[in-house]
Amino acid sequence: MNEHLHSQPAPPEPGAEPLVRVENLTMAFGSNVIQRDLNFEIAPGEVLALAGGSGCGKSTLLRHLIGLQVPAKGRVLYGAQDLYAVDDKEKAALLRSFGVMFQAGALWSSMTVGENVMLPMQVLTDMEPERREQEARFKLALVGLAGSFEAEPATLSGGMRKRAAIARALALNPQLLFLDEPSAGLDPLTSAHLDELIMHLRDDLGTTVVMVSHELESIFALADRLLFLDAQSKTMTALGPPKALRQDGPEEVQRFLRRGAAAPVKEETPS
Amino acid sequence: MRDAPSGDAVSDTMEVNDETHAPDARWLSQGDDWVLELSGAWREHSAPLPELPATEVVGAVRVHAGGLRSWDAPLASALWHQIEPFARRGADVDLQALPEGLQQILALALDTPPPAAAAPAATRGRVARLGARVTAWWALRRKTLTFFGEVLLSLGRWLRGRSDMRASDLAWQIEQTGPRSLPIVALVCFLVGLIVAYMGAAQLQRFGAQNYIADLVTVGVVREVAALLVGIVLAGRVGAAFAAQIGSMRANEEVDALATMGVNPVDFLVLPRVLALLIVGPMLTAFGALVGMAVGWLVAVGIYGVTPLEYVYASAQAITLPHVVVGLIKGTTYSVLVALAGCLQGMAAGRSAQAVGDATTASVVQAIVWIVVVASALTVVFQRLDF
Repeated sequence: MNEHLHSQPAPPEPGAEPLVRVENLTMAFGSNVIQRDLNFEIAPGEVLALAGGSGCGKSTLLRHLIGLQVPAKGRVLYGAQDLYAVDDKEKAALLRSFGVMFQAGALWSSMTVGENVMLPMQVLTDMEPERREQEARFKLALVGLAGSFEAEPATLSGGMRKRAAIARALALNPQLLFLDEPSAGLDPLTSAHLDELIMHLRDDLGTTVVMVSHELESIFALADRLLFLDAQSKTMTALGPPKALRQDGPEEVQRFLRRGAAAPVKEETPS
Repeated sequence: MRDAPSGDAVSDTMEVNDETHAPDARWLSQGDDWVLELSGAWREHSAPLPELPATEVVGAVRVHAGGLRSWDAPLASALWHQIEPFARRGADVDLQALPEGLQQILALALDTPPPAAAAPAATRGRVARLGARVTAWWALRRKTLTFFGEVLLSLGRWLRGRSDMRASDLAWQIEQTGPRSLPIVALVCFLVGLIVAYMGAAQLQRFGAQNYIADLVTVGVVREVAALLVGIVLAGRVGAAFAAQIGSMRANEEVDALATMGVNPVDFLVLPRVLALLIVGPMLTAFGALVGMAVGWLVAVGIYGVTPLEYVYASAQAITLPHVVVGLIKGTTYSVLVALAGCLQGMAAGRSAQAVGDATTASVVQAIVWIVVVASALTVVFQRLDF
């Protein structure tokens, strides 16, 4: 089994050094600005949900955080290192410290599911083949795909592909996990199972999770904080615990978190 | 807006009677306001609504539907089209007089936030357009050069033993591109060798010089033809496959998945393909040349009465080391160009099915253009070197 499972990391301290710091980030495609002046930190051990209406730039923000898209302005700092200013070798080392699950899974279609999960270990570590297989089978079992080791990605359903992709993202026991809409399109049971998995990753392994999500249920169940991107003003309008935002957040965030229902009018205590 | 419709609005369930209630719509000006007067049966009627005669409205925009007998979705769409620009600019839009269903549908559509205003398309002058085209052309060249540079760096990492490439991928690519290309290379070299031998022999016979068929075929095939044919066959068979494989991997974010793992996609995807063709290219060229020479023997012996041994002896005399080396260098170069074109187009492909198709086509065209240009350049270079 995984040696990390036996460790019990201390819960994140409130004043702990942030794992990731985003400074004045402006994202743009050419002259088309998607979001501007984003400033936030990701604390170790937290689950941060990125939310907002369609097209507000959640997935784009994720791509900026994982080194796939160069910011138009601003910096993405991992510790003291700027992801887009370090040399290739340092960047590769940073990238190896986190796992990513893409929206549609992005499994390598020419390999079996098991090979997909083993590949990161094969290329990036000197693990023995038997050990790799054991790890991969364990990671697949964690996401409920124990029987799909030999399966081709093309034969899996959309939800199974997502879960296999999470298993692959977990291959190297990353301290930071990025998930792009992990539970979208999954049946309620599978979705609940995934939520539970993410919770265990955070609570038991101290994994920091950044997830793009529309699923209010997952957001309320999992997210320590919610970062809300607004498509109209093109910047973040809220950052905080989702339940608190539902009560006291800006109006559009409250509406989002109440599925469009207007915030209840606070009753004035009669004087 | 969702209040009950005013009393004179007619329910949409009202019976249709097109004979007596022809649909009619007209804009009326009432002081600062504009009123769209709708009447008649509009169900299953696709007549366009008249445009509002004014572009700016100072007062309110209202719709009167006193005489409206029936309506359906196209009318809702046409109304939205008329009213939306004013609603967007904040004009007072009054739909109270419409039937309730129509009112609610329009309210829902008008409630949607407008699409983000696209930057106005600047009307550009001729010079600016030329500049944009030159910039785009240069960006493309730069992309190609950057890609070549990345492949060289990747090769350097491999030579120093620091590459992310897996040996099994290289072996698999060699298997895919080499042995599996033999039948088509054999077929093409056989047929083209036949043409060369036959045409050449027909001319040589006029001078009674059939004995030189061997020289012509051997030198021609070994030095030029085999390499060129291998290049073109690989462009169609292998280069296109490379572009499609890598292009669809890009479309599925599989390349991104590699990159975010800290694995260099060039090391992992491009290098094994380039190395495979670097290894397989000269072998296929040699094989194609042998097939071509064998066809020459068949033609000379079978049709032009050259004795078998005479042909073999003449071939052996004609085939000198420089010819072989030049042929192999050319075959290798073309094969590598095919791999580079295929991988470059695949890596530069967009994220749609159409883009993958475009990349595949572009890889074949680019490979053939590169092969022809390099073939001319190499011919001149080797001639100058007296090689």
